[in-house]
Amino acid sequence: MALDKPVFIKPKLTLFNIIIGIILVMGLILTILRFTKGIGAVTNLDNNNPWGIWIGFDLLCGVALAAGGYVTSASCYIFGLKRYHSAVRPAILTAFLGYALVVLALHYDLGRPLRLPYPIFYSQGTSSLLFEVGLCVFLYLTVLFVEFTPAAFEWLGLKKIRAIVVKLILLLTIFGVILSTLHQSSLGALFMIVPSKLHPLWYSGYLPIYFFISSMFAGMSMVIFEGSLAHRYLENEMDATHKKEASGVAFGFAKAASLIMMGYCATKLIGLAVDNNWHFLGTSWGLWFMFEVVGFVAFPAVLFAMGSREKNLTMVRFAAIWTILGIILNRLNISIVAFNYHLPAADRYFPSLSEIGTSVFIVTLGIVAYRFITTRMPILHEHPDYKAH
Amino acid sequence: MAISRRKFLSCIGAAALTTTTNGLSKAYGASNKHFKGHPDSFGILHDITKCIGCRKCEAACNKVNELTQPEKSFEDLSILDQKRRTDANIYTVVNKFKHDTRAPVFVKKQCNHCMEPACASACFVKALNKTKTGAVIYDESLCVGCRYCMIACPFEIPAYEYHKALTPRITKCTMCYPRLLEGKLPGCVEACPKEALIFGERDKLLKAAWQRIYRYPDQYLEHIYGEHEMGGTSWLYLSKHPFSKIGMREDLGKKSAPELTTGPLSAVPIVVGLWPVLLTGVYAISKRKDKITKEEKEKAVAQTTALAKEDTEKKLEALREKMTREKTSAINFEVKKALEEAEKTDAADKTDDKAPEESGKEEN
Ligand code: SF4
Ligand code: SF4
Ligand code: SF4
Repeated sequence: MALDKPVFIKPKLTLFNIIIGIILVMGLILTILRFTKGIGAVTNLDNNNPWGIWIGFDLLCGVALAAGGYVTSASCYIFGLKRYHSAVRPAILTAFLGYALVVLALHYDLGRPLRLPYPIFYSQGTSSLLFEVGLCVFLYLTVLFVEFTPAAFEWLGLKKIRAIVVKLILLLTIFGVILSTLHQSSLGALFMIVPSKLHPLWYSGYLPIYFFISSMFAGMSMVIFEGSLAHRYLENEMDATHKKEASGVAFGFAKAASLIMMGYCATKLIGLAVDNNWHFLGTSWGLWFMFEVVGFVAFPAVLFAMGSREKNLTMVRFAAIWTILGIILNRLNISIVAFNYHLPAADRYFPSLSEIGTSVFIVTLGIVAYRFITTRMPILHEHPDYKAH
Repeated sequence: MAISRRKFLSCIGAAALTTTTNGLSKAYGASNKHFKGHPDSFGILHDITKCIGCRKCEAACNKVNELTQPEKSFEDLSILDQKRRTDANIYTVVNKFKHDTRAPVFVKKQCNHCMEPACASACFVKALNKTKTGAVIYDESLCVGCRYCMIACPFEIPAYEYHKALTPRITKCTMCYPRLLEGKLPGCVEACPKEALIFGERDKLLKAAWQRIYRYPDQYLEHIYGEHEMGGTSWLYLSKHPFSKIGMREDLGKKSAPELTTGPLSAVPIVVGLWPVLLTGVYAISKRKDKITKEEKEKAVAQTTALAKEDTEKKLEALREKMTREKTSAINFEVKKALEEAEKTDAADKTDDKAPEESGKEEN
């Protein structure tokens, strides 16, 4: 066993660690409450609003922001952009953690979480788009897990089994892209069944396409954003290749994201035209819609374009954060803000503190896991015994 | 990449095939066929003009379904002043609508037992089903509690037992399915003192309803709510007042829920079939491009090295000639200078070497 780093590293008592500790304790309490008193005791959900932020944020945003995995590995292994190689491992790790947390979050939201395998193994409701989402997320989580294992095997010194997995990379990548296309888009298609509940500015026959396209730039922005965080806090884990390639990755993705985001804005316009929804733009819903599309897609797209042209890393990173906020805004608009727009204000949903607390807890778990793994396994650097494949 | 391209293609092709032929194409089939309801299925006609708001149906429903008793008794009619919807313990409610000075209008609300139910097509474990009787029933032994059925129902009917920690259920009107199997009338229908609720075969109810409309044109609107709404429902409604004024949405359209999701579902086989082929193509192109760039690079490097060599040799030759010609003490100095120059050009050549490599990357 040639362990790269020890499993147990004594935690230091920094402010960051203290805050994380507090959040974890709070999360534990909320978890106990949720599973002893029921969903009704900790959430503001009701019969008119069966889905809150545990779906709108944890599931929809979680899956969109974990798209970095398929985007990066496809760029590197399918499109042959070798300079993204050092970004693949961190992106796969985040995607894997992201999806794992999505599944964890679902355990809070589902009424009978232990039946989660039912739709796949027991009683398949194939006419449901949620079935498609569930099946693809399940398969993709498996793919991501396998894609992630080489790092763990290197850490544990299991050379033979690592070599087998590495040979499968192209196959896994293609599988990943298919599964991502399917479930990213069907998350949007989930809402196609409710033309009477979702505001016409957000309801569209193009919903699946919007979700898929936006997942691409969401993933790219997440890779850029994480890169900047890792540089700040985990720099001693990085090797020279990673550092050298990092800004190239950021500029490359910035350029690609700006183009895709422009395209996304164009399809939004087409959507408006197809459904002839122009007249809604003059209403307050219209303002909110423009706020989202112009303020959080078109604007960061321009920033990305400028930043990548002028090689301005700060601008690119800022645009990435802005885009991520835009994705969150979009997903929340569709699942919560513009959903049930026809109901009187008293019947509308607003998350409870415990709901928000649970979501914060789950995100924190992700950060802890990311830190645990990157400070031990060869993610941000290459293992000295293995050359790039 | 050790796996051969052909092996890879056949792998993914097989995977795609099994997925399309097994699970996913069924989804496509199920959602795509046009289902017009079971023949002779039952329905209930609610003649709103006859309802007096006595809440007898609510009481009967509570009793036959063995639901918990509400705090206020069903005799208490003051509750009619609130707008209510169905709840975990309440499968049906009667709401009061007052729009002008004339007498108020009472409307009973419960599951409409859609012909092509949105809730059933949304359920990812088939816990909700349209039966041959017309009733849409729920199987709690399958339900995972995702609540997508509640999202999907355009009539906002299914409710959830949010306060049960471990075994919460979806609840909604069953059209008294267990009673139907015993040959009994639904509880609410049996209890109605005014015949505002009529049970029968849906087709016959539709005919009877149209007859009422033709016979008493000033008493009824020329519209049977539920005949076409969301693809039609087993419950049908007759009214004098526009339905939108009595809490029933008229903007739902005639498209059934499965029709709304056919598009995205039928895209699945396309993605599964096309993506592997396209992506493998892209992979092959990028591989080939890499190879060409590499070859070109090698060629360019070889050329420049050859050129540089020639250059240095020429210079040395010239130098040698010079040396023999002059044979002065300044020779040493000259040699040094020339060597320095050669070194410089060498260095310059090296930077030139790098240039094509950079541009090759950009092309990618
Ligand atoms: S009214 Fe709602 S709950 Fe009842 S069958 Fe139709 S979709 Fe399902
Ligand atoms: S809550 Fe239950 S019945 Fe409703 S869609 Fe989910 S699994 Fe089906
Ligand atoms: S049909 Fe039965 S379950 Fe439905 S409202 Fe009437 S009594 Fe209640």
